[in-house]
Amino acid sequence: MAKVLVVTSGKGGVGKTTSTAAIGVALAQIGQKVVVVDFDVGLRNLDLIMGAERRVVFDLINVVQGVAKLPQALIRDKRLENLCLLPASQTRDKDALTEEGVGRVLEELRTSHDWILCDSPAGIERGATLAMRFADEAIIVTNPEVSSVRDSDRIIGMLDAKTVRAEKGERVEKHVLITRYDAARAARGEMLSIDDVLEILATPLLGIIPESQDVLRASNVGSPVTLNNPASSPARAYVDATKRLLGETIAMTIPAERSGLMNLLRGRRAA
Amino acid sequence: MNILRLFSSRPAPAPAPPSAPIARERLQILLAHERGMRGQPDLLMLLREEILAAVSRHVTLDPDKVIVRMDRGKNVSTLEVDIELPNLPGPKLAATG
Repeated sequence: MAKVLVVTSGKGGVGKTTSTAAIGVALAQIGQKVVVVDFDVGLRNLDLIMGAERRVVFDLINVVQGVAKLPQALIRDKRLENLCLLPASQTRDKDALTEEGVGRVLEELRTSHDWILCDSPAGIERGATLAMRFADEAIIVTNPEVSSVRDSDRIIGMLDAKTVRAEKGERVEKHVLITRYDAARAARGEMLSIDDVLEILATPLLGIIPESQDVLRASNVGSPVTLNNPASSPARAYVDATKRLLGETIAMTIPAERSGLMNLLRGRRAA
Repeated sequence: MNILRLFSSRPAPAPAPPSAPIARERLQILLAHERGMRGQPDLLMLLREEILAAVSRHVTLDPDKVIVRMDRGKNVSTLEVDIELPNLPGPKLAATG
């Protein structure tokens, strides 16, 4: 049974695209057939994070409008054969996406994949509402910071009201993914703690991705962090989150980033 | 800087008080309000419009001279409407600010 999973947040810059790419890779590494779909029309970036920016010929809007067939537009990952990318258009505006067209494309993708990951644009406009419209599950990417938590709360409300599932009286299964978490700062009371965020959002936790230099390094080279450095702390956290998505019970730990001494020095500087 | 501080006799600056509890409380108050408002017409705008409509039945209002402030607290919120009324020539309407 194929699942449509939207990766959303409301706020920009919290790690939606990074998380879509990392989890898409992790699912594919486990053997799932995965397609990652970029809904950020006009500001596409998933192609860049996936390292496929030079291979884009057709895009989601071309397929929606019937200019290209779906298999022509799908870009097969060179490293993982069961992972594909459907890029967003860079030029046309968001209104070129229609609900009927997106629904049709997702239905077609369901027939040939296990997971369809929809990378939502920031905001609550058309691109974001269409990315979540047909979702079975949702990952709400949240930074432990007030504006991100507020926007996540708003998005959770939309997932419960404006999706096809919600309108049919069914539930979209929601998971919070906390990214850019700094355990040392949270321990010092400088950052909202995991418990604070979960209590406020009242949504189950999928994983905690620590703040890490490996994430930028991975995007620099166009290789999702789970592929680029699987031993790194964010990669391990993403793999754990992915396994939870598949129903496994994995203890919630925050993989350590550095040695204790480095943390101490870093902590002193940040204080 | 940090290493130098180890050797200096000056005490390190006191650490800033934890700010996360403030963040949590601000969010709880804000979201309690926003969740209540979801799908509802904006109460603030509604009150503003109706109050102004009521006042403007009697006085000509300059929309720029009307200030509406809202302060949302945990248990009580206040709505403050500050309307500047022109001094009317007639003796009947002695409007005070």
